[in-house]
Amino acid sequence: MSLAEDMKPVDPKDLIAEVLEAYPEKSAKKRAKHLNVIAEGASDCGVKSNVKSLPGVMTVRGCAYAGSKGVVWGPIKDMVHISHGPVGCGHYSWAGRRNYYVGATGIDTFGTMQFTTDFQEKDIVFGGDKKLAKTIDEINELFPLARGTSVQSECPVGLIGDDIEAVSRKKADEHGKPVVPVRCEGFRGVSQSLGHHIANDVIRDWIIDKVDPSNETAWESTPYDVTIIGDYNIGGDAWSSRILIEEIGLRVIAQWSGDGTLAELENTPRAKVNLIHCYRSMNYIARHMEEKFGIPWHEYNFFGPSQIAASLRKIAALFDETIQAKAEAVIAKYTALSEAVIAKYKPRLAGKKVMLYVGGLRSRHTVDAYHDLGMEVVGTGYEFAHNDDYQRTAQHVKEGTLIYDDVTAYEFEKFAEAIRPDLVASGIKEKYVFQKMGLPFRQMHSWDYSGPYHGYDGFAIFARDMDMAINNPVWKLTQAPWETAAPVADAAE
Amino acid sequence: MSKALRQIAFYGKGGIGKSTTSQNTLAALAELGQRILIVGCDPKADSTRLILHAKAQNTVLHLAAEAGSVEDLELEDVLKVGYRDIKCTESGGPEPGVGCAGRGVITAINFLEENGAYEDVDYVSYDVLGDVVCGGFAMPIRENKAQEIYIVMSGEMMALYAANNISRGILKYANSGGVRLGGLICNERQTDRELDLADAMAKRLGSKLIHFVPRANIVQHAELRRMTVIEYAPESEQAEEYRQLARKIHANSGQGVIPTPITMDELEEMLMDFGIMKTEEQQLAELAAKEAKLAVNA
Repeated sequence: MSLAEDMKPVDPKDLIAEVLEAYPEKSAKKRAKHLNVIAEGASDCGVKSNVKSLPGVMTVRGCAYAGSKGVVWGPIKDMVHISHGPVGCGHYSWAGRRNYYVGATGIDTFGTMQFTTDFQEKDIVFGGDKKLAKTIDEINELFPLARGTSVQSECPVGLIGDDIEAVSRKKADEHGKPVVPVRCEGFRGVSQSLGHHIANDVIRDWIIDKVDPSNETAWESTPYDVTIIGDYNIGGDAWSSRILIEEIGLRVIAQWSGDGTLAELENTPRAKVNLIHCYRSMNYIARHMEEKFGIPWHEYNFFGPSQIAASLRKIAALFDETIQAKAEAVIAKYTALSEAVIAKYKPRLAGKKVMLYVGGLRSRHTVDAYHDLGMEVVGTGYEFAHNDDYQRTAQHVKEGTLIYDDVTAYEFEKFAEAIRPDLVASGIKEKYVFQKMGLPFRQMHSWDYSGPYHGYDGFAIFARDMDMAINNPVWKLTQAPWETAAPVADAAE
Repeated sequence: MSKALRQIAFYGKGGIGKSTTSQNTLAALAELGQRILIVGCDPKADSTRLILHAKAQNTVLHLAAEAGSVEDLELEDVLKVGYRDIKCTESGGPEPGVGCAGRGVITAINFLEENGAYEDVDYVSYDVLGDVVCGGFAMPIRENKAQEIYIVMSGEMMALYAANNISRGILKYANSGGVRLGGLICNERQTDRELDLADAMAKRLGSKLIHFVPRANIVQHAELRRMTVIEYAPESEQAEEYRQLARKIHANSGQGVIPTPITMDELEEMLMDFGIMKTEEQQLAELAAKEAKLAVNA
């Protein structure tokens, strides 16, 4: 594209200053703290995070309900998750996340079904407790194989002060299965992040702390029992991860929460190690199990061969030499595959610049996968990360990388206009904005209905998808009208 | 109908006698030939019992809950006619401690308006619980609802606090919706210098004391019989007081003001001036005197 070719490289610091100029003084001052450029050898990104978005800007953040129902609880497949409140929250988020699962929907799994108490005016005025109780009864009658129910509170529940805990306790006794009340009203917190935390706390109080891990009657433990925590199985991510962990000789006793079950949540306190993929959304429960049961937890990264190999070695190092030897064997086994992928795609992708903007993990976890393909991440940021996420990010990105926290629509567009990356990798709300700017785009929440991207298998798909976006011939067909017009004398200023 | 509909509302601290005062006044207005609709906005639903001679009528919200939603209701279901053809409705609401009574008031008032309850009447009177605690209980003072608010109060400290608070609620909506403070109605509690204090409070709020209703046992006698004094003892002096109040309200059309609520400090200062509230020094002096007396007795 001629525009990109004509452009001089921009200094990201100047770019930030230029973008901030458009704001009123007070807003500029606030937003300035969320934007930065990575300095050499930095151990932190140096941005403020997890604070309220500015009124008037367009943010892509979600709410606490989204964090609990959509992310943490929703994928638990053998429980019914009630969107408690008016119909919209549940209905318009229905099947919005691609957390795959196996099972017979409507029989023993309920992931793609939508349950709501569908509040009417009278439920607001007289309270929704009775309706909630009735809904739980009906669910148990219609779906007797459901293992439990969660109550995902929408905003009005918090306003009218319904006692959902009392209903949950009563119904749990009556039906003999867990009913867990989650106070994840959307207005709580500054983003979906508090919803993750609340959901974690509810798992702690209503599931984990009711389990006695010394009770070994149901199944036999092994020294190799681990869990996958914080993998939502988007497009099958958890599956392509699990096979690697199993191949190195470990036994996965629980998946949280993609393709996960209530029984797996209950199994977890018997794990030897909790392996955390999405730190942001599930570090809370991992920390709790460390404190209460002494279970260590370790973060890993299954995006791209270099991080996968490093993670497998790190995980294996927690176990004996057998496991370590197996890990080396597994890495060796898949090296041929990943080398073939790199050989095929690196020549087509090398040097391509990427701007990332995702939720709380992928903004750092996918960086090295791009690097494995010879690509360059020139900007990254998170919707709802906290300081500890930005600390974990600095080691993955290069000096001069632009960092943007809770980026506004305006900032993101201006940054992309100036940087003119070869790929923007973000979410559905951003997709068409950038495609209309003539920029190749990939969705990094839903994998653009592709995936999995985790593991060696996922890397092959990841590489193919990035190539498909960037080298799509469609971009050669777009031409601005002024580029075809006869050159005007003063056009080349 | 040539005359414009007048919409008034009675607010005031809980237990101050809003419902009694409003029903007696409205009964007197009915005597003057005015056609009246009472909209009770209190989950207790006791704003119409003296007019209907009944404990409590079926409320809009309870009937709506039974039927499914307010859309399933007919106006006749919720509109009862009582003394001198006064039309009565109660919004009703949830039992204490659940749901949202404020939302209930909004729902009920919208239903009544949409279904023509306000047609063929000269007065709509809202009787609203306690204080303007949330948006729902401010509904009657919002746009196109009550134009004049009458605050029922007394010389008691908490009643004055409430009157000031309600004025703040009125002020909030005064510029957008045109609601005005019609005036203060003092329901005598026989506190010290009550008339002066009520008058002073009214002036501080930029308003006036519409009427000072003296305390009279006959009000309770009538209430026990589920009647207004106007009906139970039409010849009594107290009935005449309510008639006077009714005439003053009737003549007060368009005379309402935007209130000038005062700060807590100003209010407390005023109460000290009237000896209702004591200064810290006074309190300490009294305490010391009391202790000295106890010491002597011991």
